[in-house]
Amino acid sequence: MKLDLNPDLSAEQAFFAETTRQFLDDKVPTSLLRELRGDPAGFGRDFWRQGADLGWTSLLVPEADGGGSVSGQGLEDLALVAFEFGRYAAPGPLTTANVVTAAVARSGTAQQKAELLPGLMSGDRIGSWAYAEPRPFERLGAVGLRARPSNGHSNGHSNGQYVLTGHKAPVESAGQADLFLVTALLVTEDNEDPGTGGLAQFLVPADTPGVSVRPMRTLDISRRYGHVVFDDAAVPASAVLGEVGAAASGAAASGAAAGGTAGDVERQLQIALVIQLAELTGAMDRGLELTTEWLFNRYSFGRPLASYQALKHRFADMRAWLEAAHALADAAARHVQEESGRAGEYVSAGKSVLGVAALEVLQECVQFHGGIGVTFEHDLHLYLRRAVVDAQLYGTVVDHRERLTTILESVEGSGG
Amino acid sequence: MAEATDVEDLASFRDRLRGWLKENMPPADARPAPYHQLSDAEELAQVAHHRELQRMLYDGGFAGIIFPKEYGGAGLTPAHQQVLNEEIVGYQYPARFQVPTFSPCAAVIYEFGTEEQKRAHLPKILRGEEIWMQFLSEPGGGSDVAGAQTTALRDGDEWVLNGSKIWTTGAWWADWGLCLARTNWDVPKHRGLSVFMLRIHQPGIEVHRIEMLNGSREFCQEFLTDLRIPDTDRIGEVDAGWTVGTRWMYHEKSLGISPYFIRPAGSMRGVNPWAPTPLAVARQAGRLADPQARQLVGEAHALKLAGQEGSARIARGIAAKHLNDQAAGLSRILTGLINTQLATINLKLAGASAVAWDEEDQMLGEMGVEFLMRQVRQISGGTIEMSRNGVSERFLGMPREARRDNDIAFREVPRSAPSR
Repeated sequence: MKLDLNPDLSAEQAFFAETTRQFLDDKVPTSLLRELRGDPAGFGRDFWRQGADLGWTSLLVPEADGGGSVSGQGLEDLALVAFEFGRYAAPGPLTTANVVTAAVARSGTAQQKAELLPGLMSGDRIGSWAYAEPRPFERLGAVGLRARPSNGHSNGHSNGQYVLTGHKAPVESAGQADLFLVTALLVTEDNEDPGTGGLAQFLVPADTPGVSVRPMRTLDISRRYGHVVFDDAAVPASAVLGEVGAAASGAAASGAAAGGTAGDVERQLQIALVIQLAELTGAMDRGLELTTEWLFNRYSFGRPLASYQALKHRFADMRAWLEAAHALADAAARHVQEESGRAGEYVSAGKSVLGVAALEVLQECVQFHGGIGVTFEHDLHLYLRRAVVDAQLYGTVVDHRERLTTILESVEGSGG
Repeated sequence: MAEATDVEDLASFRDRLRGWLKENMPPADARPAPYHQLSDAEELAQVAHHRELQRMLYDGGFAGIIFPKEYGGAGLTPAHQQVLNEEIVGYQYPARFQVPTFSPCAAVIYEFGTEEQKRAHLPKILRGEEIWMQFLSEPGGGSDVAGAQTTALRDGDEWVLNGSKIWTTGAWWADWGLCLARTNWDVPKHRGLSVFMLRIHQPGIEVHRIEMLNGSREFCQEFLTDLRIPDTDRIGEVDAGWTVGTRWMYHEKSLGISPYFIRPAGSMRGVNPWAPTPLAVARQAGRLADPQARQLVGEAHALKLAGQEGSARIARGIAAKHLNDQAAGLSRILTGLINTQLATINLKLAGASAVAWDEEDQMLGEMGVEFLMRQVRQISGGTIEMSRNGVSERFLGMPREARRDNDIAFREVPRSAPSR
């Protein structure tokens, strides 16, 4: 089976993707992934720094700030890396680190950029986005963590500190992160209604007093998640990323092209989803590749499995869904890259379809393998794990289907 | 077909086309009635109108974008056709002419016709004077088209045809048919076929209309009785009709991605672009506040984008030769699966009103009817099972199904009992 070449790649992009593929092929054989099962970090810092040298952490940073892309379309390039991450169920905080780096590059002050970007891009420092929250704020876009100006001023002109209180979980690589990008609700002393304050984001060093991380159990064997508690953690005004309380919360529920911090959060979500969609496609691609080999090499009743029409037909359907996955993942990357008016629609459509299709395809792959497909020894579960984790985080299929309807209504309402 | 280097660039083509459309083409109806709701008189009027629209495109120089100029085409490229597909959105266009007249029929004539045949028919098609239909399926077998039993016997410079064809769209108002017939029963089935062009309305052809369960009477069955056709209306070599048939089938499978005809951008094979969206259905059903209904609306929209983007990617892959021609079957599978899911979602959204509705809920009632017709999306244009065979065997290289008809005379091949 020759690999399905992507008809939409430039020669430079194909070379770039191939470099990451060879690196992962060399560095993360599946035997290593199995060994990582008991490793609290899930990845090695040296591995991450080497990946950073390949460009994994700087594609979303403009050249002026020390970053750079292959094609001029950094997010589309990053999606190529993410596709390989899915194919290899690779370790490393690709999603969350890139979200943080991109957010600093986009909305950081000159000082924040100078202070943070070099370490984040070199892989010496790990940033992680503390966005999702535990119940009762588990639905996409819900934010319960509160940020309170400690000197009583609330209108964004505070020169004092902010005090963060609440929970963030799951936070990817929380135990390894040097820095959290925390999405919070701004509240004031005289108005406890978080709905009126709007969103604010903070860059919080992991060793800030009041910040603690407890490791969570997780499905993925090379990715780690933590529950981060902010127990009246005080941060200086200089920790604020972007504007404070510039727009009402809830943009994530609608994918609306909001400005200010709500717009920043939506942008971060879109980037995370683009990476997820590419990973889901990669996991699907690898699962189908393994299953193709299996169907041709496995014999029963004197015939290869690939000769049975019942299996051929199901496999043809899966192959068709792989094309849809590629197409939606690429289209989402393009729309988010271009910051098009349909970016929110496309990431949610991608998640709605791939969150189901990738899992169903990979479970079919398991079914085709029979008992061996549900053993720890076989590789299939590595990709199934990665796909399920991607499907459930940054909004479930249900969240994104509902969000899509809200987007459609707003498009209709605006006469678009 | 023209090379991209010696033709008008896309931007200037787009400008010129945009101006011409604005000047000449009438705006599209907001929501035209589905074909199956037209009376016969309305249908005939629409066909006549579409002939005029086709003539207008021809006079404007925009008919048959990728057909060479010597046959009346524009001599441009598939990329220009794509531009036309994008720009025509919002305007009327000769929808009745696209499939099967331009593809598969005109595409097959262009690929296999003699110079004389091409000059006789392609310009007339492009001017709106000839509407073509496929005389392909037979009552004795649907997907197994190479098993045709309609027989053509040579008689001097003529052929005499006997048999029956079925599932011919609009044969009662169309002009010409492309017909696959058996010219030799004593060789294996693929080696005894030939392809003919025939006038539909002439002695020797009786056209019966078939009523579908939704009331549509678009499809026809034809009975050919001692129909005489000149040998000059044969396309391709005698008994080598399957060479033609293979490409014919390819064009049919590729309708979702074909550059031979107008397919307004954003439309998907098998989906009526004017059908109400799931959002509109949910609103009409008063269910937009229901989270489950909102999930269904989102699911449907996402699936629709998956079908559109997936088909477009497959088309790019085939055009760039990253995928072989058989990959067109992937597109057919994908849209077949998605379109049936969409019909199911619309039924769910329409609720009880899909099966019993007041006048003002006609839209919801149509969702019930559409559901009854749901499997058409996996049947018409070659069943989805045929595409699954094609993809698994000829795209993925899996072993082919055993067959009983390859190495024996067609006469000896077991056949279905006559059913109609």
